Amino acid sequence: MHDATGVASVGWLMIALPLLGAAVLLLGGKALDKAGPYLAVLLSWAAFVIGLLIVLQLRGRGAEERAMHLHLYSWIPAGSLNLDAGLLIDQLSTTFVLLITFVGSLIMVYSLGYMEHDPDKRRFFAYLNLFVASMLLLVLADSYVLLFVGWEGVGLASYLLIGFWNWNPAYATAANKAFFLNRVGDMGMLLAMFIMFWAWGKLDFAGVNAAVAGTGKGTLLAIGLCLLVAACGKSAQFPLQSWLGDAMAGPTPVSALIHAATMVTAGVYLIVRSNVIFTASENARLAVCIVGAITLAAGAIIGCAKDDMKKALAASTMSQIGYMVLAAGLGPVGYAFAIFHLVTHGFFKAGMFLGAGSVMHGMNDQVDMRRFGGLSTVMKITWVTFGLGFLAIIGFPGLSGFWSKDKIIESAFIGEGWKPWVFGLTALLAAGVTAFYMSRLFFMTFMGKRRWTEDVHPHESPLTMTIPMMILAVGSAFLGLILGPTNIITDWLEPVVGAHEEGHPVIGQYPLMAITVVLMIIGVAIAWKMYWRDDVPITPPVGSPLTQAARRDLGQDDLNEAVFARPGLHLTRSLVFFDNKVVDGGGNGMAAGIGGSSARLKKMQNGYVRSYSLTMLLGVVAILGAWWVVQ
Amino acid sequence: MTSPATFTQAHISYAAVVPMLVIFGAALVGVLVEAFLPRAQRYLVQLGVTLIGLVASFLTLVLIARNNRGVTAASAVVIDAPALMLQGTVLVLSFFAVLLMAERFDTKYPDAFTQSGASVPGSPTETNAVRLGATTTEVFPLTLFSVGGMMLFVASGDLLIMFIALEVLSLPLYILTGLARRRRLLSQEASLKYFLLGAFSSAFFLFGSALVYGATKTIQFGALADAVASTNGRDDILIPGVFLIAVGLLFKVGAVPFQSWTPDVYQGAPTPVTGFMATTVKVAAFGAMLRLFYVALDGLQWNWQPVLAVIAVLTMIVGSVFAVTQTDIKRLLAYSSISHAGFLLIGVVALNKTGLSGTMFYLVAYGFTTIAAFGIVALVRSSGSEATHLSQWAGLGRTSPVLAATFSFLMLGFAGIPLTSGFTAKFALFSSAVGHGATWLVVVAVLMSAVTAFVYVRIIVLMYFSEPTGDTQVVMPSPLTGIAVTAGALMTLVLGVAPAPLLNLAQHSALFMR
Repeated sequence: MHDATGVASVGWLMIALPLLGAAVLLLGGKALDKAGPYLAVLLSWAAFVIGLLIVLQLRGRGAEERAMHLHLYSWIPAGSLNLDAGLLIDQLSTTFVLLITFVGSLIMVYSLGYMEHDPDKRRFFAYLNLFVASMLLLVLADSYVLLFVGWEGVGLASYLLIGFWNWNPAYATAANKAFFLNRVGDMGMLLAMFIMFWAWGKLDFAGVNAAVAGTGKGTLLAIGLCLLVAACGKSAQFPLQSWLGDAMAGPTPVSALIHAATMVTAGVYLIVRSNVIFTASENARLAVCIVGAITLAAGAIIGCAKDDMKKALAASTMSQIGYMVLAAGLGPVGYAFAIFHLVTHGFFKAGMFLGAGSVMHGMNDQVDMRRFGGLSTVMKITWVTFGLGFLAIIGFPGLSGFWSKDKIIESAFIGEGWKPWVFGLTALLAAGVTAFYMSRLFFMTFMGKRRWTEDVHPHESPLTMTIPMMILAVGSAFLGLILGPTNIITDWLEPVVGAHEEGHPVIGQYPLMAITVVLMIIGVAIAWKMYWRDDVPITPPVGSPLTQAARRDLGQDDLNEAVFARPGLHLTRSLVFFDNKVVDGGGNGMAAGIGGSSARLKKMQNGYVRSYSLTMLLGVVAILGAWWVVQ
Repeated sequence: MTSPATFTQAHISYAAVVPMLVIFGAALVGVLVEAFLPRAQRYLVQLGVTLIGLVASFLTLVLIARNNRGVTAASAVVIDAPALMLQGTVLVLSFFAVLLMAERFDTKYPDAFTQSGASVPGSPTETNAVRLGATTTEVFPLTLFSVGGMMLFVASGDLLIMFIALEVLSLPLYILTGLARRRRLLSQEASLKYFLLGAFSSAFFLFGSALVYGATKTIQFGALADAVASTNGRDDILIPGVFLIAVGLLFKVGAVPFQSWTPDVYQGAPTPVTGFMATTVKVAAFGAMLRLFYVALDGLQWNWQPVLAVIAVLTMIVGSVFAVTQTDIKRLLAYSSISHAGFLLIGVVALNKTGLSGTMFYLVAYGFTTIAAFGIVALVRSSGSEATHLSQWAGLGRTSPVLAATFSFLMLGFAGIPLTSGFTAKFALFSSAVGHGATWLVVVAVLMSAVTAFVYVRIIVLMYFSEPTGDTQVVMPSPLTGIAVTAGALMTLVLGVAPAPLLNLAQHSALFMR
């Protein structure tokens, strides 16, 4: 690998600038309340410019010459095993850099308008800058360890931003839930690193990739599964998905940036970055596919039942990331398409979230879609930009989602045996369901009759908010067309994810495309009948058992409650109980209390010295005995 | 064999041992202070003498002893690079531990220590002593004596000096353990227990030394190494002797099955003393163990390596698994220290340069984190005494965010999360074993790291996600504790982000002299 030259040799600035911004804003105090947010936005754009220059530099080189390594400093020089801190600037990481800095900077501009009247906006922008810096570190890191640092950093930023309005206890609880489920994922990441460390003694991507060949299947499977657990935690995949819906408690720009466009896709990045490991372990890939398929189906079903606009979008995010994970699980045939869908999704989902924020802005922060309707007449820009995002996600022919999702469905049908049928059909049917629930969302909000509460006076949002929405809408419309059919994205990523042979789907490519479009039209048509032509009841109907289950997120909270929360509660309770019973409650005179507990403890421990020394003696005897036996 | 009639006076390189002399000198001054100064003045003078002594010793170590390395005092003391590194570590950690011991909060006396150590708890003698305003400022010279013993321990060149150093460092600790101001019975019991078991283990050490002398006719490490290489046929008493010596050292680090005193003593001792013991004793004992096994018993590695490996595994497992069920923070930290002892044993078993430098780095990293952790434990209180029960720590994240955040960070350091010193230390230490036939040890270590990570994260969860129980308060510390905790937390971060200078120092220091 080449050492970084030119612009790439200052690539570390991309991380340092937003990090500096976060530090300045947090430490600057009230003096920066006015100027701080602008500084934050400026530094984020600066990171984008550097990223763009680096991509241009990479494009000027041959395909195999592009990956560059930027050595930062010697982190842990431990004899024969050295761990350096460095950045890996290659096609995959720069793709993410552009997505993160471009979408992130746009959303920051939007936030200037959205958070204008928030008394704490300086802190908000500091956290956003911290997030951008951590996310860039995550994707640019050259080793799993450094990646993990960024991984924790984005987790921290996400936690702080979900609970940004923590005066609301429900919001603070949501932040805690995200924190907890993310820790489960982190354990997976740590275990994966531990296993890599003992298997290969290496934790940098280049070293690991070189060592994979010749490693036992079991080891690779274990590493793959641990990485998958990590990805599930961060990317809200089954069975760790339940935090994402609650995470919508954060300010809407946060939902757009962190919980739709970038951070939640980190799991997909992790899998694709570890493609050498996953390519070598078919069983690990199968597990990835299963998780992806379950999540994309579950997310789609949940999305059909949600009346909260942001939660419906969150369910959709879950489902779309399920598509990406499924694609990544398909192996070399799918890695590039997973990233492709990730990029287009970043645009259209961020655009729709910003649209949702704009709607909330005009509707006194309401989120219940049953009290929306007919907004197309009063919020024209939001309607059009959201509409483009909507058409993109349902896969309207020619728009971004059509190119990227269709590729994943097609890849899912490649293979032999039962797998293509199960995964392919799931992806295909879910595409129809996606069309239904997104149309439902769109029609309930912008079309049909007005069902507004009496005190709202919807109005279009200011330009700082609508311009980013327009830019993202343009991306939602044309990015797929630019990158997809021209093979730009696949050619660009090929040196990283590896070349693959053309597979043949079990159903022909064009019939498949036709079926997808037909399913989409059916989904839209049903939604049109139910939520545009017919009146939408203001109170939700009872609904079928499936709807009810979907409203409760398919019981995912009950599962978490049983598996994680209840044992934790019991633990804490028993600790308190033990305290009341066994140790003195205090307050009844210090001397008596101390004497009392000491006496009791003394009684408990009386005679232990004898048994302690006996243990020691037995230890000595065991050591000597073992030696004599061996002799 | 030399004739017993001739006796040559041993030459002593004073420049090499001056750091130890400074410490022992300061300790003697402390004794005089205790004898001649009025009570009211003792605290400040003792604190001054102790801190100045520690700083002066460190300065002489860097400025003088470092340039006068060598084997001295008839090969009884070896001032080589590892000895200097370990002595320096002991001095720095002791400095911060003394700051913790000196904490008075808003009263006139060191808060952690009883005002009358010799009295029966609750007796009229005690009441009288409290009325008269007695203090227990002798903890400072006692600490200095112990520090001096530790410095000699890591620099000892033969078995006899090693044994004397062991006793010099241990005896003050037995007393310090019994001086807690609150829960005095528990404290005195811990002290007695520590003393009895310590004496028991010392006997093993001494008996082992006798056997080794019987087999090789020498106690000097360099000569021992030669004798071990050439000896034939006397294995039947040499090897048991080696194991018995090892028992004495393994007791001090709290390795299984010689660990049972650890939780009781850690819990009963005054918290600053626990912090002092948990860090410096580990440094000293591992330093001595490294010297013994790397220098003197190198040639017997096929005998002791498997035994130590098994003990390392047992220690890691017992420490980690028992930590899970603990409900008292001090006992939990005790079991955590046992599991860390298990990790550290990997460096001893590895028997290579990386193992030596990795162990020394680990000791520094672990020491700073531990000092800060015990400093914080002393601040969380309930109706005047320390709230060590875990349930009393619930909700601290809400009531004292800074303290909870710092403690959480230290816990992440213990767990070995990247960007903390714990990660660097584990990485450096485990790498010494990977690929040297001890990979399976690393597997166990890695698994147990995951178990202990659960323990530490559980504390964080408890502090942040449980409702406060009500009567727990956090005392505002004086700058003394503030400095110690800040330094510990800062070093935990610095050694995680930029550990290269210290790692390099450890690597350059990783060469024993004979």
